[in-house]
Amino acid sequence: MADVNRGNRPLSPHLQIYRPQLNSAMSIFHRITGVGMTLAAALIVWWLFAAASGPEAFAAADAVLTSWIGLLILFGSTWALVYHFGTGLRHLWMDMGYGYDIKLNDLIGQIILVASGVLTLLIWFLAL
Amino acid sequence: MVEFALPKNSRVMVGKTWPKPEGAKNLRAFKIYRYDPDSGQNPRLDTYWVDMDSCGPMVLDALIKIKNEIDPTLTFRRSCREGICGSCAMNIDGINTLACIYGLDEIEGEVKIYPLPHMPVVKDLVPDLTHFYAQHAAIMPWLETYTTPPEKEWRQSIEDRKKLDGLYECVMCASCSTSCPSYWWNGDRYMGPAALLHAYRWLVDSRDEAKQERLDFLEDPFRLYRCHTIMNCTRTCPKGLNPAKAIAEIKKMMVERVV
Repeated sequence: MADVNRGNRPLSPHLQIYRPQLNSAMSIFHRITGVGMTLAAALIVWWLFAAASGPEAFAAADAVLTSWIGLLILFGSTWALVYHFGTGLRHLWMDMGYGYDIKLNDLIGQIILVASGVLTLLIWFLAL
Repeated sequence: MVEFALPKNSRVMVGKTWPKPEGAKNLRAFKIYRYDPDSGQNPRLDTYWVDMDSCGPMVLDALIKIKNEIDPTLTFRRSCREGICGSCAMNIDGINTLACIYGLDEIEGEVKIYPLPHMPVVKDLVPDLTHFYAQHAAIMPWLETYTTPPEKEWRQSIEDRKKLDGLYECVMCASCSTSCPSYWWNGDRYMGPAALLHAYRWLVDSRDEAKQERLDFLEDPFRLYRCHTIMNCTRTCPKGLNPAKAIAEIKKMMVERVV
């Protein structure tokens, strides 16, 4: 391939100047929530391990997870799960060749954002 | 490779503010990326004041006015001034588009103009497109046939010709490829939306006889499959085309030929 950067040429600004787009934000948050959930899964595993190893260990784990910061992380993880599920469906649908009209794509993005918020609240309302 | 920050030699410095034109009442600020390869200095962001009462309606009109009346060293590519040559592609107000068909009335406040993102800069708003053109050449942008050519011409039905609509209009301005984060991080190996749209234009051409070779070339984790359907390409295309859809159709062809 061609010599791309003859003579120490500067690289033009990219992320720093590009206007944020709903479509690209949906895409990157799909990844971030995917990674985030593996961390949340580790917390749940720790909670189950603690439950299996005895009352003291469970009390310690339970205290952390039901503290306000633990609940906040769990609430965020619930949202991540619902959001990732929604954008996962969006990506499956797009892999089948649909949803490439930019207006339709934006509408789907907005629906996922609202639905993920509503469903997360509903799950917590039912759980508590 | 994903690198969020700019390299040291690419960080944009505070530039010069050029004097306001005398006697003008309707002034508008333009912040324009400047880089002079002979100065040995980093790029900078200059501020210009343009009298909108004597300026044409498009961003390119303002750039030409600045070059004519304020600063003749300002460098940019332009030719047709009607969106058909693709020369004046640049990042205006945060999106990639053609300066000649982007109206100044579509922008609020000051007008920010940068070269196409994540490209080596030759001077000011002129990026080096060598690699971009090499990628276009690599997808064989021509009719490839093996049977004996017909006496007059290769015939095509009206229905088959219709399949090329929305593809042949691409002017290779590079707006889409340089809007794509995947192309930013892996542009050395990922073909990018523009080259892939052209690849699809020939794949779907009923007269072309090299479909399998074309698909073989693209069947690669980077060349084709670095497209993660982020869709920045489709949103930014100044010609209203849909590169993301064309790439999706290539991916479908890949599946269809193995099932």
